Order: sequence, then structure tokens, then C-alpha cells
Amino acid sequence: MSRNRTERLVNLVICLLSTRRFLTAAQIAATVPGYEHDPDDPKEHEAFQRKFERDKAELRELGVPLETGTASVFDAEPGYRIAHREYALPDIPLEPDEAAAVGIAARLWQHAGLAAAASSGLAKLRAAGVDVDPQATLGLEPMVTVDPAFAPLTAAARDRRQVNFDYRVPDRDAPTRRRLQPWGVVCWRGRWYVVGHDLDRDATRCFRLSRVVGAVRVTGEPGGYEPPAGVDLISHVARWSGPVERTGRATVLAAPGRAAGLRRWAVRTVPDPAGDRLTLPYADPDFLAGQLVGYGPDVRVLDPPEVRDAVIQRLKEIAARHEDLAVAGGAR
Amino acid sequence: MTRPAAKGGSRASADRLARLLNLVPYLLARPGIEIAEAAGDLGVTERQLREDLELLWVCGLPGYGPGDLIDMAFDGDRVTITYDAGIDRPLRLTPDEALALVVALRMLAETPGVANREAVERALAKIESAAGDLVGAPVAVRLPGDTERVRELSAAVERGRALRITYYTAARDETTERTIDPLRMLMVAGRAYVEAWCRRAEGVRLFRADRIDAVAELDEAAVVPPQARRHDLTDGVFRPSPDLPLITLRIGRGDRWITEYYPCERVEVDGDHWLVSLRVTDLGWARRFVLGLGPDVTVLAPVELAEQVRAQAAAALAAYATPAGAAPSADQAVGAVTQ
Repeated sequence: MSRNRTERLVNLVICLLSTRRFLTAAQIAATVPGYEHDPDDPKEHEAFQRKFERDKAELRELGVPLETGTASVFDAEPGYRIAHREYALPDIPLEPDEAAAVGIAARLWQHAGLAAAASSGLAKLRAAGVDVDPQATLGLEPMVTVDPAFAPLTAAARDRRQVNFDYRVPDRDAPTRRRLQPWGVVCWRGRWYVVGHDLDRDATRCFRLSRVVGAVRVTGEPGGYEPPAGVDLISHVARWSGPVERTGRATVLAAPGRAAGLRRWAVRTVPDPAGDRLTLPYADPDFLAGQLVGYGPDVRVLDPPEVRDAVIQRLKEIAARHEDLAVAGGAR
Repeated sequence: MTRPAAKGGSRASADRLARLLNLVPYLLARPGIEIAEAAGDLGVTERQLREDLELLWVCGLPGYGPGDLIDMAFDGDRVTITYDAGIDRPLRLTPDEALALVVALRMLAETPGVANREAVERALAKIESAAGDLVGAPVAVRLPGDTERVRELSAAVERGRALRITYYTAARDETTERTIDPLRMLMVAGRAYVEAWCRRAEGVRLFRADRIDAVAELDEAAVVPPQARRHDLTDGVFRPSPDLPLITLRIGRGDRWITEYYPCERVEVDGDHWLVSLRVTDLGWARRFVLGLGPDVTVLAPVELAEQVRAQAAAALAAYATPAGAAPSADQAVGAVTQ
């Protein structure tokens, strides 16, 4: 946009903010510098209309609340104005420590689009007279990242619009199309999810945003549904990943100085002539077996038999699988 | 999310229009501000700011006479708006701006161990109320973590002392004592880290807070050598470099989750199995990883790793075959496995 265009748009904003009655395109053309043309020349008039349409689109894109209406019952042609009340940022009386927090929050985004939105939002707060200390820190700062599906899904949830998307679950071979009325987006333990009403399952479902393949398609009209009142989004996600109760106790023998990872979560360590006897809490014997097998001969399960047997079974299968390969590779 | 992809220079120009509409109220709120200070604050050059002021100077109310145009008084290097032509407030926040600020503040408020959480929460409440309806922002955040440990660490980092830590390194399955000079604390994908100069490694390292088993503050200031560089974390904590060993595994259906947890270089479908290639920092780690994955995983490359996995499994089985009480020992394994 040339300097002329910027100048014209600033003047257009000022003009429409200052008027209480709706101004028609013709009145605006006669008033705001940069729109001068001969309305009787069809070519010139058409060029003006195109220019004016582009300018209106630009203002709306920026978030300028352009109102449309007619000045009186005698006017057929629509006019435009900007209500100051709708245009202006309300007063936000931020204390210095609050302003510093907003300043820090604005630079956490690692996502280019949201980083730009955060910094233009912060620029408006500054323009409203808020001073932001750029040196402030809060000791610990999160890096905020999101998946590409974040933007379309938050917008759809905000506008209550139905969407569909392809969703890939690793243990399925192909993505499946899901139809959802999104209620909201959740960050739980650093991962993003969308929660909503799954129309095909006719039930509440959570989807991990990183598993959405390709574009999210908005298929519904705004306000197409109403999420349940007082819905607790977090609880729907947390339900599937709550803390595990580790009530089982396994005893293993760890070679001296080895298996540092296991030693860290042993609830009891007793020295033994052959190393150390570690008592490990566990919930699922098979899951524990996987972890223990990782340490190979450094760790031997003494008890209980369910864990010991699971470990031996896994070891046998792993050894058998790699027998031929290692031979074929000529490593032995 | 943001404005649609711009054609030509229209994005830059939209930015300029937004900046100009902000500039008048910004200066109005700060009569007599130095131009250099304002430019720094607004993130533009002094020259750019002067050009913006020149442009505003010819804008104003219809009539466009001397009394209608935006006016300003200069006093040396200072500027004061004397007539604002009606742009006395910035534009309200767009839905995207409100969302970006509110979600980042919620993240901050939820971060375990963040200092002055109370100020973050007050700020959040004020921004939410100013943004009004826009922040039916349907985004909830919860980052559970070991708040005590993280708070202890960030307090220590804040005081600027060198720290003695007991640290578990998963890549080598060992616990070591290190002296570190902290740079900062940060949180990536829900996990807290201390970024610090490690005197033992003589480089900048990220230490996961949940793997710091003990911490003691030393009686000396943290001194970070000038060559220390912070990590670029835009692509996550682990960015595999091409000189790391590449391993290829044939995995069953139940192990496909690894493609979501580790950056994989290649994933190929082989009937019901997947062939997955990923870079690892350490073959010893890869060996523990593969053994722990379970029976439906086969190492295809490197052969060295396949042999280690086989030898370890065989040695462990041999230990179970000997009478109880006999010592398990790494020495029973093939020598090559101990890295």
C-alpha cells in the first residue's frame, strides 16, 4: 500500500469515527481525499467502487467495526460509520506487575501467527497508555507451541460451528473422517486436545491435535449447537491420563552400580552380595516387564512370578527374533 | 489465525495502518516523549517513526483545514500530540489478539513454579474482561508438575548462584554430579528445564527438572562463559542432527506410538509392520529402548545394535537359568554391550 493509500485509509477512519449519520459511498468520495473521481464517467466510477470495496475489506480485516445502515428512511443507498464505543479499546488499568506479565506472555508464542497476534495485541495495550517493562521475567517461562489444527478448531469452538477432519490413530492403518461439534481446546501436560460431541459416535470425545491430518473443514453454520452448561474441558482429557496407582511391589536384583534409572524410583534398596535388591512399585506387570527387560542382564527379577515370567517370555522372543539377523549380518 | 496471506505488499501496509492508528493514542498518553524512546518501544527505527508522524500530520477531519488535521508539537527530540482528530484510543483487540494473549497468560498462570503467579492471574482477569465476548476463548490449560522442585530450582536460578546437582542422564542411564551455571528456566511441552552452562560437559545443556535428584546452591556466582549460546527450541528439545547414529526398526502395530514420541526420519509401511528410522544420541540408549519396547520389534540396522540386543537378551536369559542367588552381572554379556 502506497503512502497515498495509507493516508486515505487513516482519513477514512477519522471521517467515519467523526460522523454520527451514515455516510454513503458518494458522500465519502466527495469528502475523503484520495477518492476524487467523476461519478458520471462509468469507468472512473467503477474504479472508485473497486477501490472503496478494497478499503472497506482492509479495515474490517484489521478489526475496525464498520457499521452499515441508512441515514434516513428516504435514503435507499447504504451508508457507513464507525461507533467510537465499538472501535475503542476499553480502559484496562494494569498495575506494573500485571503489565509485565502480559509483556512476558506475549513473547511466549513459538507459533508465528499467534506470536504476531500477541505482539499486535500488546502494541494496543501500550497505545492505551500501559507501560510494559521489557526486562521483566517470571523465573520460569513456558514456550508455547501449538499444532496447526489449533487455530481452526478454537475458532470453530468459539463460533460453535461443526467441523470435520481426518484423524490418524497410530494403531490404525488409515486416517478416518470424524465429524465433531467442538466445545473447546485443552492443553494437558503440554499436549493439545479438542473436546466435543462426536456426531458419528454420538458421544463426548477428545482428539489429539497432533493426530489431525490435513485441514480442518468448517461445515456448520455459526451457533449451530450449544455445549453443555458448565462443561469442564480438562476433566474430559485428564480422565484418560490420570495418575496411575502403583500398588504392586516387585523385587529385583540390580548389578552393582548399574540400572541407575531403576534405582531412582525404588522405594527400598537393600545391599546384597550380588548387587542391590530394589523394591519397585508397579501397576501393570507387563509394563514393568518392558522397563526391566531394557536393562538386560543388569537386572534380574526375584519376585513376583507374574513379573518374572513376563520378563523371561519377552527375553525369549527378543532373542529369537534377533538370532537370524545377527548371524545374517555376520556379526558373530 | 491471523490475517489471510497477503498479496504483494498489502500485509506490510496493513501493519503500517495498524501502527499509525496506535501511534496517536500512544503519544497522547505520553506527552513530551523522546522520539528515540518511542521508536524503541514501538519496535521501529527513528526514521520510520518520523515518516509515520509526517504522514499523520496531513490526516484529519473532513474540511482538512489547519484546525482539522492531527497536530503535534516538537521540542527538540520530544513530541507531543496537540490534536488527535478523534483517534484518542487504540482499536479494540481482535479475536486472534485476545486469544493469543489470554492463552499465553493461562499457560503462564498454570506453569508450576512461576514467580508472581498472582500478578499473572490479575492480568488475565483484566484482559479477559476487556476482551469481552471474544474470550469465550474456549481454551483450557493444565500443566501438572512437581511444583516444589521447580520452585526450588527457579528460586536458585533467580539468585544467580552456581549449583551442584545430582542429575540422571537417560541417554547413558547414569547419575552424575555436576556443577552448573544456570542461564534460565523454561518449560517446553509441559516439562520444566534448567538451561545452564555445564562445567563438566563444557557446554550449554538443558537439564530436565524431574531428573535433577538433588540440588545445592554454591557460595559462588554463576558465571556463564561468553561463548555460551542458548538453545533454539522452536522445533522442540531434541533436534536430531545428521551425524547421530541412525537406527532402523521393524515394529508391530502396538509399538507405532513411537512415531508420535520420537522424531522419525522415515516411516515405511511393510504389510502389518512399519519400518521406522530414527536418530539416537547413544547406541546404549537405543539398546535399552529396543529391549524395553517388547517382542514385536526387530532391529534392522545397524547390525551392531541387533547383535547387542540379541547378546543382552541371551545373557539375561542365561542368568535366569542359573540357580537363584548367583550374581547378575554385566560381565556376562558380550563385551561390546558396555559402552
